[in-house]
Amino acid sequence: MIFEVFRQDRKGQPFEHAGSVDAPDAEFAEAWSREQYGRRGESVALWLVPRDAVHVVGDWADEFDLKYRRVDGYSIKVRLKEARERAAARTG
Amino acid sequence: MAAVELSASEQEFLEYVQGGGQVEATDRLPDEYRAKLVKFIEMHGNSELMGVLPEREWILRAPTLQRKLALTAKVQDEVGHAQLIYRVVEDLGKPRAQCLADLVSGKSKFHNVFHYPTKTWGDVGVIAWLVDAAAIISQKALLKCSYAPYARIMKKICWEESFHILHGRDVILAMVTGTPEQFELVQEALDRWWGPLMQFHGNPIAPENDPMFRWRIKSQGNEEARQQFLDGYVPQILELGLTVPDPKLRKRDDGVWEYTEPDWDELKSVVTGHGPRTADRLAFRARFIEQEQWVRDAVLAA
Repeated sequence: MIFEVFRQDRKGQPFEHAGSVDAPDAEFAEAWSREQYGRRGESVALWLVPRDAVHVVGDWADEFDLKYRRVDGYSIKVRLKEARERAAARTG
Repeated sequence: MAAVELSASEQEFLEYVQGGGQVEATDRLPDEYRAKLVKFIEMHGNSELMGVLPEREWILRAPTLQRKLALTAKVQDEVGHAQLIYRVVEDLGKPRAQCLADLVSGKSKFHNVFHYPTKTWGDVGVIAWLVDAAAIISQKALLKCSYAPYARIMKKICWEESFHILHGRDVILAMVTGTPEQFELVQEALDRWWGPLMQFHGNPIAPENDPMFRWRIKSQGNEEARQQFLDGYVPQILELGLTVPDPKLRKRDDGVWEYTEPDWDELKSVVTGHGPRTADRLAFRARFIEQEQWVRDAVLAA
């Protein structure tokens, strides 16, 4: 059984994927992961997740052109230039 | 280079990795890329596993308890690296048992430096300092490997290698500040290891002709790695009063190191299984795989 190992550097930090171990059960997976990822005190906590339990989402089709939700969806340069010119014309 | 004909999607993949892109185990990988990855990563795993043997020979003969403990810890680190690396190979489709079988039958390779004997404690110091230094240069370049699962485990591996270099340097410093006989042990070991060290990063094939670079499995060429090694470590060797056994070695004004052409025939012969200790060490490994079968059986039966 493959367990994916996530480790946390310090309290409050995110858990980061570090590697995987092949173990017959969670108890062995814990023993081996402690050796691999914690024997120098480099981790404060580990998450061991059976690989089969990971539901992967990896495809991000943007069929509806949702870029109005992102900063790159707004190109204000041209409009800003025009607005400034109009303001200058009004006061001038 | 007589390139294998690539399909349009493979060409797109190649451009993606050449542009610094990384891929995951779950992505679609061209067959040629997968085959190259397995070959490269498996050899790295083999080298970690075989690399502990020259040092293991000195655990019982270590000069102090502290050195014995440090050496044992290092051996544990390296075997741990082999475990991590073989896991990556398994996810690419080659089971660990097959990797081990191919290793002991001589079908797959391991790095040249692990085929040589460790004659004295001086050799242990030179291996731990300079062989590890040469290795860490290659491994740091793998942090940018196009295959992300491999690049990620390299973080932990490089971190542990940094202890090993320090341990090696400490062993060397203790000896060069000791008796004249101790100093001489270091110089003799350096004389023995210089040839293999200069061969370590491989022949100076141009990066664009090296398939491992082309797929961005490696992120630097062989000669670049060797130059980096010379630049970093020759000054550190010389400052201790040691002599590098190469009369042609010098740094040119443009910063490039010149040196005597390494013996590429020796490298080829050694990595294809004809090194001075190849047969002994593979026999040792084969014996232990057999002897420890009961452990794997017991664990899998749990």
